[in-house]
Amino acid sequence: MASITLDQIRHAYNPNPVSDADYALREVDHEWVDGGAYALLGPSGCGKTTLLNIISGLLHPSHGRILFDGKDVTGLSTQARNIAQVFQFPVIYDTMTVYDNLAFPLRNRKVPEAEVDRRVREMLDIIDLADWSKRKARGLTADQKQKISLGRGLVRNDVNAILFDEPLTVIDPHMKWVLRSQLKRLHKKFGFTMVYVTHDQTEALTFADKVVVMFEGQIVQIGTPAELFEKPRHTFVGYFIGSPGMNIMPVRLEGSAVLLGQERLDLVAAASVNPADRLELGIRPEFIRLGQSGLPVTVTRVEDIGRRKIVRAELQGQPIAAVVNEDTEIPTDAHVSFDPAGLNLYANSWRVEERA
Amino acid sequence: MNKTYNNKAWFFVLPVLLLVAFSAAIPLMTVVNYSVQDTFGNNEFFWAGTDWFDEILHSDRFWDALGRNLFFSFIILAIEIPLGIFIALNMPKKGIGVPVCLVLMALPLLIPWNVVGTIWQVFGRVDIGLLGRTLASLGIDYNYVRDPLDAWITVIVMDVWHWTSLVVLLCYAGLVSIPDAYYQAAKIDGASRWAVFRYIQLPKMKRVLLIAVLLRFMDSFMIYTEPFVVTGGGPGNSTTFLSIDLVKMAVGQFDLGPAAAMSIVYFLIILLLSWVFYTVMTSSDAEEGGRDHG
Repeated sequence: MASITLDQIRHAYNPNPVSDADYALREVDHEWVDGGAYALLGPSGCGKTTLLNIISGLLHPSHGRILFDGKDVTGLSTQARNIAQVFQFPVIYDTMTVYDNLAFPLRNRKVPEAEVDRRVREMLDIIDLADWSKRKARGLTADQKQKISLGRGLVRNDVNAILFDEPLTVIDPHMKWVLRSQLKRLHKKFGFTMVYVTHDQTEALTFADKVVVMFEGQIVQIGTPAELFEKPRHTFVGYFIGSPGMNIMPVRLEGSAVLLGQERLDLVAAASVNPADRLELGIRPEFIRLGQSGLPVTVTRVEDIGRRKIVRAELQGQPIAAVVNEDTEIPTDAHVSFDPAGLNLYANSWRVEERA
Repeated sequence: MNKTYNNKAWFFVLPVLLLVAFSAAIPLMTVVNYSVQDTFGNNEFFWAGTDWFDEILHSDRFWDALGRNLFFSFIILAIEIPLGIFIALNMPKKGIGVPVCLVLMALPLLIPWNVVGTIWQVFGRVDIGLLGRTLASLGIDYNYVRDPLDAWITVIVMDVWHWTSLVVLLCYAGLVSIPDAYYQAAKIDGASRWAVFRYIQLPKMKRVLLIAVLLRFMDSFMIYTEPFVVTGGGPGNSTTFLSIDLVKMAVGQFDLGPAAAMSIVYFLIILLLSWVFYTVMTSSDAEEGGRDHG
């Protein structure tokens, strides 16, 4: 197991990148702590898989260095880096038995057969496939196949890190929970450094200690699920995480306050804003109170999502969403008020931090 | 839901039935007709029963030709399949090389069979052919008209040149359908080049390889045009395959009865061998499929 340091990694698939737009990865500087569970979250095409493949050595970055425990491995092959990776679609060796699939990475590394047998049997128990060991791997279900892929990584007990590239995409929803909790248990047991790529926020938030949110080739925020929820550093994080996402409304600066349409809101953060910046106010639907006082809104739609309701409304011509309890009554002339703790101010899409 | 039964559907099948009847069934029946009768022309026929079949099945000439044919098919498969796989593995997967290679590979397949024969017939000639003259000037005694071994080599090399591309193209199609993740996973698992071939590429190519083997077997077993143009079955009878022998008998000697009997035997052999090939291949597939769910 190792800590992984990304030192100013940039990558372009195009051999002669000119502008930032040519880069699939713009600049990534980050350290993954030994034994951490990280989720790499972002929409399709944001560079998640590129970053993962750079860590595993399947791709060579255009610029920058990768360090494992402080040792430069940028020039090393995938094999030499000693990484395990689980792919989106289960990769298994069809013609081999389940047992041979698990033994394959060990046999390739010339591990003595007695040791291979011991480790494969142990792994078969861990991934609950002991009864299937003599079966050809091709007939298994998708989740069993994915377990084999995982097992092939874990069976080499000296791997530096295990990388997951959206491994649960093809798994049935109910099996996802099972596999995810199994994976969490394994992580606790073995303590490997784990990087988990996904575009599913639930998966990322339930799974990882730290979530790394990527957008357009850069990391926009690294934080615990709570941090991502309460203080999204970028409007994209606000919008991408949460269901429904954060309400983002354009505002104007006026002294130490901001103007939302005609309404004046006092914000501490407003003091540190450059007046030339494009300003937006962000508030999560969970922080909006619906009642008789506050800003007048026109309710357009109410969606019942079980124990809570999503209220879609218009505020000063802007669509907003609010999440309220199931039994909340929706008044005819509705007003909303904002919980000050949930207000975030964004200048050019980046969160304005309050000055200490 | 009620199913509607509509016998009009048969009308749509009718044209194909007619076509197959005229192109295959009726000619085949004519051959059957000839195979059990004797004729001396004038449209006079005499019942011969199974005499012709007896004669054919007891003639060395037939068994020799059959032996040559089987040996030829065996050599063709033994060379073209591995060679085709090897070339397909080494073809570029992307870039400008792909269309270039594909066109180059497709070229021999586009040439009419008798032209292929003529090309090699001229190419190998000792007096004017590029190959023949070159070999002669190197001091190699090569003459496909005189030497049976040289004739065999020429016919085999010609077939390899003509048909390996087919195997290459089929294998290539199988190879490009393998997702990158397989190669990446193999790298991570530390697989050697051989292991990648053995456990990823070969299994993925299996289906197309079965087709390739079947096609190459049937075609090489029925080969006629190219060796006929190059060697005419000679020297002696050394490259007289079943089809060449059949034409000699039917058109050259006008022995319609024995020729018809031979046609039928020939047809049944091809049918039988193709069926055996097909059954072996699909059953190995089904067996694994059965184990999948069993």
